[in-house]
Amino acid sequence: MLKFLLKRIGYMFVTVWIVATITFMLIHAIPGDPLASAARKLPEQIRINFYEKYGLNDTVIVQYGRFMKNIVLHGDLGESLAYPGRKVSDVIKLHAPVSARLGIQAVSMGFFIGVSLGILAAFNRGKWPDYIVMFIAIVGVSVPNFVMASLLQYFFTVQNMWLPTTGWGGFEHTILPSIALSFGSIATYARYMRANTLDVIGQDYILTARSKGIKKLSLVWNHVIRNAILPAITILGPQLAGIFVGAFVIESIFAIPGLGFNFVSAVGDRDYTMILGQTVFICTLVIISFVLVDIIYGLVDPRIRITGEKR
Amino acid sequence: MAQLSKEKFQIIGCENANSDEILRASMTYWQDAWRRLKQNKVATTSLIILVLISLMTVVGQYINGFEFQLTDNNLSNVKPNLTHWFGTDNLGRDIFSRVWAGGRVSIIIGIIGAFIDTVIGSIYGGISGFFGGIVDDIMMRIVEILGSIPYLIVVILVSLIFKKGMIAIIIAMTITGWVGMARLVRGQLLQIKEQEYVLAAAALGANPSRIIARHLLPNTLGIMIVSITFSIPGFIFGEAFLSYLGQGIQSPNTSWGALASAAQPNLMFYPYQLFFPSLFISLTMLSFTLLGDGLRDALDPRLRQ
Amino acid sequence: MEKILEVKDLRVSFHTYAGEVQAVRGISFYLKKGETLAVVGESGCGKTVTSKSLMRLIPEPPGEIKKGSQILFDGRDISLMSERELRELRGSDISMIFQDPMTSLNPTMTIGKQISESLVIHRGMSKTEAMSEAIKMLDLVNIPDADKRAHQYPHEFSGGMRQRAMIAIALACNPKILIADEPTTALDVTIQAQIMELIADLQVKLGTAVILVTHDLGVVADVADRIQVMYAGQIIEHGTIDEIFKSPQHPYTWALLQSVPRLDTKNKGKLYSLKGTPPDLIKPPIGCPFAARCEYCMQICREEMPEVTVISENHEVLCWLKHSMAPKIDIPEALRGDK
Repeated sequence: MLKFLLKRIGYMFVTVWIVATITFMLIHAIPGDPLASAARKLPEQIRINFYEKYGLNDTVIVQYGRFMKNIVLHGDLGESLAYPGRKVSDVIKLHAPVSARLGIQAVSMGFFIGVSLGILAAFNRGKWPDYIVMFIAIVGVSVPNFVMASLLQYFFTVQNMWLPTTGWGGFEHTILPSIALSFGSIATYARYMRANTLDVIGQDYILTARSKGIKKLSLVWNHVIRNAILPAITILGPQLAGIFVGAFVIESIFAIPGLGFNFVSAVGDRDYTMILGQTVFICTLVIISFVLVDIIYGLVDPRIRITGEKR
Repeated sequence: MAQLSKEKFQIIGCENANSDEILRASMTYWQDAWRRLKQNKVATTSLIILVLISLMTVVGQYINGFEFQLTDNNLSNVKPNLTHWFGTDNLGRDIFSRVWAGGRVSIIIGIIGAFIDTVIGSIYGGISGFFGGIVDDIMMRIVEILGSIPYLIVVILVSLIFKKGMIAIIIAMTITGWVGMARLVRGQLLQIKEQEYVLAAAALGANPSRIIARHLLPNTLGIMIVSITFSIPGFIFGEAFLSYLGQGIQSPNTSWGALASAAQPNLMFYPYQLFFPSLFISLTMLSFTLLGDGLRDALDPRLRQ
Repeated sequence: MEKILEVKDLRVSFHTYAGEVQAVRGISFYLKKGETLAVVGESGCGKTVTSKSLMRLIPEPPGEIKKGSQILFDGRDISLMSERELRELRGSDISMIFQDPMTSLNPTMTIGKQISESLVIHRGMSKTEAMSEAIKMLDLVNIPDADKRAHQYPHEFSGGMRQRAMIAIALACNPKILIADEPTTALDVTIQAQIMELIADLQVKLGTAVILVTHDLGVVADVADRIQVMYAGQIIEHGTIDEIFKSPQHPYTWALLQSVPRLDTKNKGKLYSLKGTPPDLIKPPIGCPFAARCEYCMQICREEMPEVTVISENHEVLCWLKHSMAPKIDIPEALRGDK
């Protein structure tokens, strides 16, 4: 077990490092003057100082070394190019909690609602609850999240002024964005759980359980759900990643001051250091969540917990 | 009960071997799959819808006589009516034509992107699975690492490097998208390599290329077809996503995503501008997904009837 | 010995897209207290459907136990019981063990818990009481280190041990009847013997009656008291083990017995195999179902179902060869005498 944990964590560090490196390389492959957006107005001398300060005259290798050193030793992801003086890490600290709140709501909704719907559909196969769930699932998978967001926005805030259109503040501001963000997840979980649950129901050990005369509720909980939910945990990682990224668009549509919104503006501003810093941060989060999910799964599935090997 | 006469008790023995007769004409794998697909109403409907949409992207923009990039400031933001069936945008351009011109771009990106990814993924996965051992290990490590980077972030970053346009978008989206396909094909190959019928063929002295052609390919081809169908919606979505970030197709060219993102700020006043591109994005993605479902069921050899 | 189970004219069908499959076509048999009844036949003969029907484990659509069937146990008719009554019956009065111990155990629940489940439901024990009882059961089935093993998961057990665990689960509440559906088919030959010995042993200790469903006559020889041979949904012969092995009467029984490979066969020729396949049960044959494969088939066999011929108190056979007007056919030489 310990070996399993150590291996995964070690893996995590290596992957984060590689991702940071790749991102760095990509950013530095971008043609054009990195100060194009902000520094055009700056007089010659200041621009020269700017370059000095940021070591933009050094070779890529040296810059890379400084970049890595800053991150590892100081947790410093650099300063914004568009708004000199603003540290990337400060910006992240400011906006991350907003995205976190939205993200956690969306992930929880996605998982719990999606899984429940999937189980409901499986137990009512061929009857109307099944069709409704399947319909929701299909819609969720094909309608892009920004379309869903726009629809929700239009219906709930423009046609009927039930909820605020944009902005962030109270609980009511989180409702529509969470729904829009989680819809795809709900759909994916519902489809997946339905297939899994149907699969489990057909297994031999369910017949054994029935032959013992177990009550229906106990059968469903201890035998069906316990086994069906395991594979659903494995897709938590990719779902989380999807929500991270989906947040970019959703935050823009609802004008929510989160990391995603910030990232989008940074891209628009060509604020390369900001883009680099935030990308490294987000990728790191994604990789950490993948590893966490892996570990959680390893703890929950007795086949892995005991023997430490993949099935 | 009838009279039991003595003749009825003469031994005549059993009716031979006929019970071993095969009752149905056998069909090849592909014939059977096509037949099953045709039976699937949902999948066939999706197929029809897709064909219709594709047709419209080819000819649609020429139908009502308005060129898609023609601006007319007197006619800006007109609601859908009998002249402009989908209305006009803020520069007076006819939305109907724009939707079909844009559709052409979106679908082409979708199909080409999915195709490239599938080909790259299959070759990569094929090599990895075929050789196994160290080659496989290394190649799969690379795949794992690339797969940990959120797809859309890569897309965004790469799109920053190249000049905006269709080529840039396709490159950006195919750079890491092939990972899933590689894993699938490799898994398929590893599984098939172990299967008994391959061992049997090898034991009978069949040479490797024959084994590949006769056994490996048909199975993998099915999976590839399904995978392409499922990944096209992802590309259409990705392109739309990029447009929302301003990295997509630039004016006067357009795509469904570009149309949607341009219409987003005007949602409150001119909802129809967002409605039509969104409708077709969703419909196309939905149809490909349902078609993919149907194809997967039809090509699954275990469901053969 | 009194009869604890009586089945009368059991008919079970499945409603499929292709039509109604008549899996069991009117069988009647009984089971006495503490005895072992072997139900033998090839795949598709209806033996598994029969055994599952005894506990109403067949999903009822698409399956159907036809009206007129009677499954009498303890004074009640199982075919008429409500779902609640069935739940009380299952696991406590009648239990079942299945063919594949690998897939028949819940992978995410400890073995001890899987045994305790029945005890908690049927005997009202608390979780701790049930667990200690479960450990005793594991001991009973000869699993060493029972107290450690009870907290382990199925994947930590070997194949033979899993089957023993299944037996422990089934016998936890000391049921009157144990139905064993091909319990050794998925196991190695040496383990097979151990498991059969275990079942026989427990049967003596606990007084359980056993219905052993199998296609393997070799397994049956040591443990069964009576055997019934099924073909195409009907019982074509049944009798005590001596009667069936020493004086079998039905050509199908002869074929089955001849198919068992033996170490002492005099002629070193090919192994005997019966040609052909069982009939389609959507359109079952009108006459004797075995007619198409029987080398002694007569015209009457194809036209009408044979009547029951009683040979002794326990031995009956369904074959036209026993009719007074039929030629006298002797037991094949290979089967005669030397058992």
